[in-house]
Amino acid sequence: MWRYFLPLLVLALLVFTAWAGLYRDPRLVPSPLVGRQAPEFSLPTLKDSAATFSSEQFIGQVSVVNVWGSWCVGCRVEHEALMRFSILTDVPIYGINYKDEKGNAFNWLEQLGDPYVLSGYDYDGLVSIDWGVYGAPETFVIDKRGVIRYKKVGPITNELIQNTLLPLLEILNAEQP
Amino acid sequence: MRIIITILLLAFASTVCAIDRGSEFSDPELEARFQKLNDEFRCLVCQNQTLADSNAGLAADLRDQVKRLLEEGKSDPEISAYMVARYGDFVLYKPPVKSTTWLLWIGPFLLLSIAFFALFSAIRRQAQLPDADSPDEDTTP
Repeated sequence: MWRYFLPLLVLALLVFTAWAGLYRDPRLVPSPLVGRQAPEFSLPTLKDSAATFSSEQFIGQVSVVNVWGSWCVGCRVEHEALMRFSILTDVPIYGINYKDEKGNAFNWLEQLGDPYVLSGYDYDGLVSIDWGVYGAPETFVIDKRGVIRYKKVGPITNELIQNTLLPLLEILNAEQP
Repeated sequence: MRIIITILLLAFASTVCAIDRGSEFSDPELEARFQKLNDEFRCLVCQNQTLADSNAGLAADLRDQVKRLLEEGKSDPEISAYMVARYGDFVLYKPPVKSTTWLLWIGPFLLLSIAFFALFSAIRRQAQLPDADSPDEDTTP
């Protein structure tokens, strides 16, 4: 009995493993940064190189950080959702403009709209490396103590905003600083 | 024959796409460590390539970071820790042995021992079967 049943069982197990693997995103790398203090950094802002965007700005309020670039296709995909997100929430959305030319970045914000309270200008991408960025767009949610509580790699969608981001922001807003 | 040769030539053509691994350090010892470290880290954009093999922009930036850290006099474990702090264990081609990775490490040996066990029990069973060629089994008239 076993000699007929066992190969079938092994086959079923193999098929199940391969089938389950189809629905997992191999590009999704678990970030070691979630649960940790946001990396310390200081960047000039995109619009005014004399002004700075730094990690100190996270303390005392919930913030969203979105890494984007005008060359990034996924950023164009998510832009409409991001615009909507900025209207739906009072939480400031900060941008990190990643390895971009300033002219292109300005054109982008002018044509597609600017959802950010401000964007830091990370021309050489070094600050983004500290944030563990490997595929723009990436979106981080940071709590009132400056701790990264959530990270999304890839374009955000209206579903994600409704089902994940807005509820999370509500919880974090209720936390004591 | 000509087709086979063409196919073979094409099969090996990929090697010409390898990136220029120009020497970065004048000190050969540092250079060796630089190349070794770049072979240990995974490029996160094209996940089946090492930092050394990849032409992606991020890989180039990370190679620069490895170079900068070496110049600052950081040790190899310190540089590994720098990468892991940002990108997790995934960045290492050789992941550390811990609770989430033990199956990865012992899995192949586990499968191998199961296969050997199955093989030996099959051989034993075969040996215990009456020999098909033996005269007493011979039913031909």
